Order: sequence, then C-alpha cells, then structure tokens
Amino acid sequence: MNLRRTAAMSRKEFTQIRRDPHSLIIVLFLPLIQILLLGYGARLDANHIPVYVLDQEGSQDSQALLKAFQASPYFDVIKAVNNYHALVRAIDADQCKLGIVIPWNFSERLDDAGRTSVQAIVDGTDDNSAQLAEGYAQAVVATYASNVQLEWFGRHGLAQDASNPLSVDYRTWFNEDLESKNFIIPGTVALVMALMGALLSSLTIAREWERGTMEQLIASPVTALEIMVGKLVPYVGIGLLDAALCAVFAVGWFGVPFRGGLGAFFFTTILFLIVILGIGYMISVATKSQLGASQYAVLVTLLPTSMLSGFAFPIDQMPAPIRAITYLVYSRYYVSALKRIFLGGAGINDLVPEIVAMTIYALVIGFFATRAFHKSLQ
Amino acid sequence: MSDEIVQVDGLTKRFAGVVAVDNLSFNARKGEILGLVGPDGAGKTTTLRILAGVLSADAGAVLVAGQDVLVQPEAVKSRISYMPQQFGLYEDLTVTENIRFYADIFEVSRTVRQQREDQLLEASGMSRFRNRLAGQLSGGMKRKLGIACALIHTPQLLLLDEPTTGVDPVSRRELWSILYSLVFEGVTVLVSTAYLDEAERCHRLLLMYQGRRLFFGTPDELKNMLPGAVLSISSPDPQALQTAVAGEQGILSATAMGDTLHVVVDDPDRRLAQLRAGFEHAGVPFGEPRRIAASVEDVFVYVISQQETQQGS
Amino acid sequence: MNDVPSIVVDQLVKRFGAFTAVNQVSFEIRSGEIFGLLGPNGSGKSTIIRMLCGLLTPSSGSATVVGFDVARQAEDVRRHIGYMSQKFSLYNDLTAIENLQFFAGLYGVKGRALDERIAWAIKMSGLAGSEQLLTGELSGGWKQRLALGCAVLHRPRVLFLDEPTAGVDPLSRRQFWELIHQMSREGVTILVTTHYMDEAEYCNRLALIDEGRIVEMGTPTEIKQTAVKGDLLLIECSPLGGGLAAIKQAPGVIDASVFGAALHVVVSAGRDPVTELPAFLAGHDVRVGRIEPISPSLEDAFVSLTGSRALSSEPPQ
Repeated sequence: MNLRRTAAMSRKEFTQIRRDPHSLIIVLFLPLIQILLLGYGARLDANHIPVYVLDQEGSQDSQALLKAFQASPYFDVIKAVNNYHALVRAIDADQCKLGIVIPWNFSERLDDAGRTSVQAIVDGTDDNSAQLAEGYAQAVVATYASNVQLEWFGRHGLAQDASNPLSVDYRTWFNEDLESKNFIIPGTVALVMALMGALLSSLTIAREWERGTMEQLIASPVTALEIMVGKLVPYVGIGLLDAALCAVFAVGWFGVPFRGGLGAFFFTTILFLIVILGIGYMISVATKSQLGASQYAVLVTLLPTSMLSGFAFPIDQMPAPIRAITYLVYSRYYVSALKRIFLGGAGINDLVPEIVAMTIYALVIGFFATRAFHKSLQ
Repeated sequence: MSDEIVQVDGLTKRFAGVVAVDNLSFNARKGEILGLVGPDGAGKTTTLRILAGVLSADAGAVLVAGQDVLVQPEAVKSRISYMPQQFGLYEDLTVTENIRFYADIFEVSRTVRQQREDQLLEASGMSRFRNRLAGQLSGGMKRKLGIACALIHTPQLLLLDEPTTGVDPVSRRELWSILYSLVFEGVTVLVSTAYLDEAERCHRLLLMYQGRRLFFGTPDELKNMLPGAVLSISSPDPQALQTAVAGEQGILSATAMGDTLHVVVDDPDRRLAQLRAGFEHAGVPFGEPRRIAASVEDVFVYVISQQETQQGS
Repeated sequence: MNDVPSIVVDQLVKRFGAFTAVNQVSFEIRSGEIFGLLGPNGSGKSTIIRMLCGLLTPSSGSATVVGFDVARQAEDVRRHIGYMSQKFSLYNDLTAIENLQFFAGLYGVKGRALDERIAWAIKMSGLAGSEQLLTGELSGGWKQRLALGCAVLHRPRVLFLDEPTAGVDPLSRRQFWELIHQMSREGVTILVTTHYMDEAEYCNRLALIDEGRIVEMGTPTEIKQTAVKGDLLLIECSPLGGGLAAIKQAPGVIDASVFGAALHVVVSAGRDPVTELPAFLAGHDVRVGRIEPISPSLEDAFVSLTGSRALSSEPPQ
C-alpha cells in the first residue's frame, strides 16, 4: 500500500464531504436530530397509564397494593369494577390499558407460601405500551413485595406468551429510576453510527461510478486496497467525532450517566465503525448507484440496529427464535457494550464477550471488503 | 519498428455474446496522433478501454511500450493517461485540487508537479481559474482541465475518448493545439471522435465499423478510396435538386446542405450533363457545379454505406 | 417553400437583472425554412428559444410564432410547436412504442390520429420491428429519430431543434437531416440552435449569435465568404513545429495553427503569400512542400467572429 496515494485519496474524500451540504447534514445534524428525537419524541416513558382494578378480596393487603399503584406516577387507577367481564369490556373499549385482578385468596397465599400472584390484563394492541405497562407494573409490584408475582393475560396481540411470569428485566437493574431515556439514549450512539456510517460509505464508490471518475481511477496506478482504505479513513474520523458528540449530548443535555471508561467507548466504536463502513463500502461496490446503495445501506444497517440490537426493545423479552437471530446482529454487541459502559460503568476488561464478537465481525467484514472491489469495468 | 509505442494484434472483445471488437490490428508510432473514427457502437470506446487496462480482452495482444497490457495491466498504467468520455473530474474539487489529486495518485514529485501545473494551466488559458470548483467551469474548460490532469505525470501515451464532444469551436481549437504541442514533445495520442472534420487533423486514421477495421492510414489515403469526385452545387433549394438526381445511374450519393448540394459521382465529366438536365427538370435555380475536395465525412459515409449494402445483400 | 413568415422576431430583448441575455435581436423565418442560431454556450440562443416557446416573457420587443404573440398567446403558440434536444427526455425504461404513446397522450393526440401518427413515427424513425425494445437499448441514432418522432406526433407547424445531432455518428446524422429536409418541404418551419458547425451547414440560413446579439446573418456560403478577414492557406512544411514557430513571425500573418500534418495560416488580404511565405520560411530552415489557398470553413468563420470573446468568456453562474 502506497501511503502517498492513500493519503491523496483520503484528502480528496474529506474535501468532498466538507463541500457537500448533504454529507455535512448527515455528519453534523443527523446525530443531534436523532438523539433529540429519540430522547424526547420517541421517548418510551408513558405516564398516567389508565388502570381499572378488580379487587376480589378487599383486604388490607390488597388495598395496600392498589395504593402502591395509585401512588406511582406511571399509573392512574381510575375505576374499581366488581366483576371480571366489566374489566375485560373496559379494556376492549379502550377505557383503560391495564386491568389488575387481585384474587380472593391474595392475602392468604401471600401469608402461606410467601408467594402469591396478581393477575394483570394488558391491552396488547400497542405492543410497545403494553410492554411498558408490564415493566412498570412489575416494578410497582416488586417494590410492594418481592414475592408477589404478576400473572399476565394479554388481550389481542400478546395472548400467546402472556401467561409467562415475567422476570424482572434489565432496565430495573441498571436503571433504578426507571427512566427509559437512560435505557434508550446510549443505544442511539449505535443508531447514529450505523446510519451515518453506512449512508456515507455506501455513497463513496457509487459516486465515483456515477460521476464517471471511477474509470480514470481504474486506469491509474492506485490499487483497490488504497482506494478502500483512503476512502474509509475520513469516515472513521468522522464517526469517532460523532460518537463523542453524541456522548457529550447524552450526558450534558439528557443527564444520562456515563460511568464507564472512555477507552472502552472509543475502542468499541472503532470496531463497530469498521463493520459498518465495510458493509457500506461493499454495498457501494455492488450497486454502483448512489440511490440504490443508500437504500440497501439503510436496510442492512439501520433496520437490524433499531429492531434487533436491544437498543429499544429488550432482547430478553423477544420470542426465542428472534432472540436467537439477534446473536447474528453485529450491532447487538455494540449496543450491549454501550449500555454497560454508560450505565454499568464497564471498562475494556469487562467487555470481553462484546469485544470478541465485534472483532470477529470486523475481521470477517474486513476480509470480504478488501476483496470486493476489482479494478475493472466488468 | 522500435518507434511503435502501441501494437495491437488480433484484438477481440465480446460482451454477452456480442462482438464489440473483432480481430482488430493496428499500431501507433511515437509522436503521432491516431484517430479512432467510426459510428456509434463501432467499438472505439471498448478499444480505448482495453488499451487503458480498464477492461480485459477475449483474444489478441496489446503491447504498450513493449509491455503486454492484457497480461499485466498495472505495469503500464503509470506510462499511460486515459481520459474517458466523462473526463473523470471531481466537480466539487477546485482546478488545483483536481490536478494535485492526480499528481499524488501518479506520484509526481512536488517540484515537477508545480512546474507542470503552471505550464499546463498557462497553455490552456486557465491560470485565472485555479481556485474555481471544476463543476463551475464551462464544458470546454472542463475538457481542458481533464487533459491537464491526464498530462500531469507526463505520459508516453495519451488515450482520449471523444474529447471534443460538447465543446465550442474555440475551445476545440485550443484543445487541438495542446495535442499538437504534446506530439512535438514525442507523446503519442490516440483520440476517438465522431466529428469527421477532426479526423482530418489526425496523422493517421483507424476507421472502425462493427468492431472491425475498415481502413487504417492517412486522411489523404482515405480520401483516395472514394471513386469519382465530389461536386458542390449552390442553390436556394438544394432539397429539390437532391430529389431530382438521387438514385440515378452514376450518382453515388447526394446530400442536401443548407444552401448547397453535395453530389458524389463516379465520373464528373460524364455526369455533368446528366446532372444539369435533372436540375433543370426540377425547375429550381442552381449554380455551376464545382469540383471540391472530398471530405473525410464524404468518404466515411460512402465506405460505411457500401458495407451496409454488402451486408444487406 | 413559400414566403409567408412563420416566425417574426422584432427587437427582442431579455434582461435578467443587470445582465442582458438577448439584445435587440430581429429576424424573420419563412414557412418551411431551416434557420440556424449558431453561437457559443451562453450566447443567448436558448433564451431566444425559450421566449419563442412562451416559457419566458420578453423584457421588450415582440415575437410571433405562426401568427400568435409569444407573450400574450403562449398557449396557442405551444399547440403549434414541437421541441427536441439532444437531451430530449425519452424514458429509457419504457419501450419505443410506450414513449410514443406517452408523448401522444401529453399532446392530446387521440383516436385514429393516434394510431396513424404512431405508425408514421415508427416508420419514419426506422424502428419497425424494434418497437418493443427498451429505449435505453437503442443506439444513439435510433434514439434521436425516436425523439424526433415524439416531438412531431402532434404535427407542429414549427419545430425547434436544440443541438439535435450532437454526439451522433455521421451516417445517422445524414439520415436525420434528410428527415428534417423532408419536413421542411412539407412546410414545417425549423429553428435549430447549435454550436456545431456540421449542424449549421444543413441550415438554409444562419444567424451567428454572440453575447446576445446577432453578429452575422446569411446563408452558410455567404457567411464563410464575408466573415474571415484575410486569406486562408494550407502549408505543408518540415519540420512542422519549427515552421509553426517561424511563420507566426512572418509579415502579414494573422494566425497560424497545426492542422494534421500541415499548417493552416491566415494572411491579411492583398499580399502574395504563395511566393512570400516559402521564401520567409526558407530563411528559417523550414522547407515548404505544398502551399495553396483553401476556402474557409464555417468553423473558421465562427472562430474569427467570436473567437476573442469566446476565449475570455466565463461560464454563467
């Protein structure tokens, strides 16, 4: 690899980004817009979820539990009903999102076995708020008594797996104040990297084809490796800058804690960028058109990162087959690393599984990327 | 011959079963301008691309400065410069940035680059536009910048694919004077063109048709291929004259221009009276038929239509 | 051809802010005439065409196309004109016939006229048998004739051609101009804008435009005779490079350039260059093989009329 030619390539690429308003928007504003949107707009916290209760026991214990619900800012207990059908009808009529059923032997079972259960019926039409309601209800019950369990019955969509007793999930461990922004925002760094990195890198080769400059590069002594490295180096720099920008914004604006190591943060970010840029580059080589490349780039990076990485939707709440698939999603490891760095205070040593997985990905993608482009018109 | 910098022998290239270049042989000497001329799809661009090492071939040999391009395409790239039709400029880089990028890619030393850059920009009248973005240059200036980028590493062989398409006549003349000054320095230039008036500016011509070589020689030799002579007849209505005589015995072709008719006849002495009679019959005023030198275009159209007739029959 | 003017342009002016793109332009085009506007990029040709199509309003002056005022009756004007450029917007992912059907729909060609005109366009463009090919797969010459077919489906009385044959090979070019000449014989008025000399040669009359003004108007032959000041000579000599350098110093030489294996030299009129120049060159160790006067081409005329300005012209921003 000739350094001068590679540097010339990088310098040219960087100048082009600097002069292109679209690229600048992607580089500078996209991260901020995404983090703001996800921090505020797409905030998953729902307050004042309307709740109906059916207290079949009417004891002191059951009243205490209902008070705990009443006291929570997440729930509004708006009505007590006296039969099961009324509760179900209220959910179907969308008068409430959650129905709590305290069985007639609630106190008895609580006393005897140290375990009892409360039934919750959730409106499953909106999967997301259903999950939230579950989470919050779980937390409320957990604070009331650690051995009270909720039995879930979903209406509509959630029916099949609703009867599984829920484990106390991830967010209540590290995110004790139950703020979903702390859960969401570290993951947005992955989303920003995925979108920005893949979009920009997917354009680089396609742009040369479309503008007719590729033919001349092929006719010059520059090698395929020099083209790739030269083109991607500026994006690694930009990616790191954007990651830092996101982190500063997360901490400074949203008050998300950053408890882990900076070294771990940048190291995992570099690993992630290699994978993302490599994928974007290969897409660019394969499609040769900017429009097609950007569409594939979004499909291949943004979609899995937003849906299957655990960025917003907890992986351990996914059905088993989907959960298995997430192990193949490269961004899963980065999101996990980010959450553990931000919230769990992890350093490089604590992130061995994530780093190993990401390194394997980086090596595999890197291997294929260097072989993707051939200096020929065919 | 040692001064043959390009030797092409039996070159063949197929695309999905279609033969784009068919058993093509030619050579180019040091310090000459060789014109590749032919209609759309004749294989000019494909030939230049193979010579530039950006496309592989199916058969044949292509030697550039003694090196086989088909075997080791990278080995000759530092000696060649290739300007594709879309003259690879980065429109969002300035004139200087474009030149420097290509200088770095070809590893031109900084002092040589500076000297060469000044010289090339001066010769193409672009010194004032050093800091202008390439995208904001006129078509003619873009071409000149493309050539400046192609020449920054002083190649032995310059390959230009239709460099004057979309360029106004004044810039076109400047381009050609740049090419001639290169030739005086010993550079070999291969240029493809669809403009036949430009073909006359080349030292030798390679006339291509359907991937094959129809003619290879000087423009004067090409003109000798036209049997008979070209007559020019001025008239306010050349179309009427054309309809009157086209297709007659001995009239090889008749083309109506704006205010003249060009007629190719097999024997001018025998056909003059016949033409006059035809014109008079058309009832349109016309001037005295004048014998003019055949243009490359006249010959080209004649040779190609001969080919098409042969294939049709 | 008859003598009824089809397009009348009178003192036409178009200003964009402080910039005058078209400056006091006047000309008349007869029905069935092929008239060329020849000028470098940015000389104002396309601004004139746009005003004649009713797309731009003149700042002052007037123009009529087949009797309709371009400023006040733009819709009537547009019904009677066809427009085709090298960049003509054919859809490459539609077949030839689908393109024709689409443009017929745009122009409101319906019923029997539709089938008839499409059949005519297919025959005219020589696409019979290839109607179902994707337009993107057609060669340049075919595409160009298809574009012409699309532009004249609605039988316009005036046809605007903007660099119609740029980049098309000579054979297709000749075929194209034969079609245009046929249309002109049928009475269609044709206005061509171009900076290509070979396109200009096919026009009955030409106006040379530079910086928004008409600098010369006449038949191609007239323009060639009047525009070049001085005599044009072809000189074969050796060495060629030395000859070029030397002859630029010779008395009476206005311009000299290499042309293939020879030099083209412009000498001021009234001299005897055929005897003077060989003697001068011999004094510089240059041997002259052949020297003869040649007739200037349209390009020579063009360069001599617009050359100095075109050189310094900057692209429009």
